Amino acid sequence: MVETSHNTVLHVADVHKTFGGLHALADVDLAFEEGTTHAIIGPNGAGKSTLLNVIVGKLAPSRGTVVLDGEVLTGKAPHEINQMGVARVFQTPEIFPELSIFDNVMAPAFAKRDGAFKMNMFMSMENEKDIAREAEEIIVDFGLDAMIHTHAGALSRGHKRRLELAMCLIQKPRILLLDEPTAGMSRHDTNTTIELLKKIKSTGMTKVIIEHDMHVVFSLADKVSVLAQGRIISEGAPDEVRADPKVQVAYLGEAEE
Amino acid sequence: MFSMPKKDAITFALFAIVVLSMPIWLSPFGASYPGLLQKFAIYALLAVGYNILFGLTGYLSFGHAAFLGVGSYAAVWSFKLLSMNPILAIAFAMVFSGIFALAIGYVSLRRSGIYFSILTLAFAQMSYKLAYSVLSPITHGENGLQLTLQDPRVIDLMFMERGVSLPTSSLFGIPMNGYEGFYFCAVILLIGFFIAQKITSSPFGMMLKGIKSNEDRMNYTGFNTKPYMLTAFVISGIYAGIAGGLLSVTDPLAGAERMQWTASGELVLMTILGGVGTLIGPVIGAWIIKYFENIFSAWNESILHNVFAFLPDNVEGIVVLISSKFVGEGWHLTLGLMFVLVVVFLPGGIMEGVRRIASWFSRRKDPTKDQEVTDPENMPKPSSKKGE
Ligand SMILES: Nc1ncnc2c1ncn2[C@@H]1O[C@H](COP(=O)(O)OP(=O)(O)OP(=O)(O)O)[C@@H](O)[C@H]1O
Ligand SMILES: [Mg+2]
Repeated sequence: MVETSHNTVLHVADVHKTFGGLHALADVDLAFEEGTTHAIIGPNGAGKSTLLNVIVGKLAPSRGTVVLDGEVLTGKAPHEINQMGVARVFQTPEIFPELSIFDNVMAPAFAKRDGAFKMNMFMSMENEKDIAREAEEIIVDFGLDAMIHTHAGALSRGHKRRLELAMCLIQKPRILLLDEPTAGMSRHDTNTTIELLKKIKSTGMTKVIIEHDMHVVFSLADKVSVLAQGRIISEGAPDEVRADPKVQVAYLGEAEE
Repeated sequence: MFSMPKKDAITFALFAIVVLSMPIWLSPFGASYPGLLQKFAIYALLAVGYNILFGLTGYLSFGHAAFLGVGSYAAVWSFKLLSMNPILAIAFAMVFSGIFALAIGYVSLRRSGIYFSILTLAFAQMSYKLAYSVLSPITHGENGLQLTLQDPRVIDLMFMERGVSLPTSSLFGIPMNGYEGFYFCAVILLIGFFIAQKITSSPFGMMLKGIKSNEDRMNYTGFNTKPYMLTAFVISGIYAGIAGGLLSVTDPLAGAERMQWTASGELVLMTILGGVGTLIGPVIGAWIIKYFENIFSAWNESILHNVFAFLPDNVEGIVVLISSKFVGEGWHLTLGLMFVLVVVFLPGGIMEGVRRIASWFSRRKDPTKDQEVTDPENMPKPSSKKGE
């Protein structure tokens, strides 16, 4: 079912990104609509992660802008962009390996509640009951409660991904960017993740999901854009995109072998 | 604000007992004289403060001796201009080292990793050189900054006549150069330790650990890490300033050599030797280095001859010849070896050694804990609320 609210939250406007002579992104124009799950697919090196890097402020685009709710994100620092409601799960999990799972999940909750900086050095952690409860709940939801005091570096890759997703979701972001959230997961873990993502779909959060696994794409996405060599070559509902011969040549043929 | 978790409260109580009873338990080691006791307290404070930066955030400053120096000079100036009261001197030291740390931190924290370390080193060496040249009106260059009979000492002289000899610093009549001086330093060390405990267990402390663990993730999580870093830098700079101030309180003479890079390096050694990131480790590191520095650097060949007198004469000659290279002037060789051994065999410092021994004992008592649980899937469900 395609949701048709047609209310653009995030607009990537004519973005170019070159690395030396390489056009990692060329003329990319994407509108992400409120409450939808928008998948971006494409072969390796197509520029998918680069697109997310431009959105979160890790990379400055060579040309073009990114606009969130009418406000230009381009040029802002990563923490400002996050504070405006953009959270990201990275392709290789970015967590705090030396901290416990509990602390990993609490830190983003503090950022959400207290902003980018707060001098709370004489507050005791014991008094942060609300944040602790919130973190515990989400850790239970994600099935990580058995290891709540383990340091995150000891987790398996699949668990690290799930932890990172929990870290993003505790912030209740407006936009959730997911860079291959199921890569390297077993079929079983993939399915649990799909269920989790379906559950949060009902909260009205806007999601951008980059995925190689077509099973995931077709179970979650309302809309699919196909990126190849830095360009959008096709866009539409999942079934339309699947039927597009250009896409089959560029991508689906090789992925569904 | 003064409440703390039970575990921290116990640690603090034990620490206070150990520190306050130092004059007693250090006497069998020949280390129970005021001069050395004061150094134990002062350098422990320095290490505790340094650990707030290096231990929590992982940013290695190679220039903290500069703040130690600034604190020393500020304290002596407070003696010269205002009063011999040590509390005023410490307040002076805090203000000036804080301003200094703010300026140096602001610039150095534009970079991270090795570039940050080099920037702090450059600033400290610059301060050291300037103290001998351009700034000598303030620092009195190679002579060092000392008290004189002509000092204005405005506040003190409102209440008393100028004496005929140089005054000593005193807290409302209690002189600061003997055991009383040690207890003054010890109380400040305990306050500093308490504050460091609070910071470590606060949300702020957690953010600092987050920066050490993955600074990029902190940024993408919505934290502006720069002000967190700068705050940590200034706090640890102020600790160093207080330590410097205390050096002047117990002996009112400040020299630029306190700012030299070797002094910063020694602080790094103390922290790593004891255990980076732990609260107690750096303190133990500071005590060990100061103790051996005093013992070994005072030894000479004749003492060695006495120590090895039980050996046959020709063997004794060789043993003394070799070991004499490690004492006196050569004590740094011993320090270097000690450091290499610790880094190679106990990368977590002495505290890691303590942990290993403790876990070895508990394993012998409880054979079910024989294998370490490495697979988080099989971790037993924790019963405690927060097991950090
Ligand atoms: N920081 C960078 N510097 C130079 N080249 C880069 C940089 N980041 C990405 N590239 C290049 O840009 C192109 C697109 O990379 P990107 O990581 O966006 O691909 P992707 O679509 O995410 O691929 P994958 O499916 O393998 O993750 C690649 O050719 C890559 O080598
Ligand atoms: Mg990628």
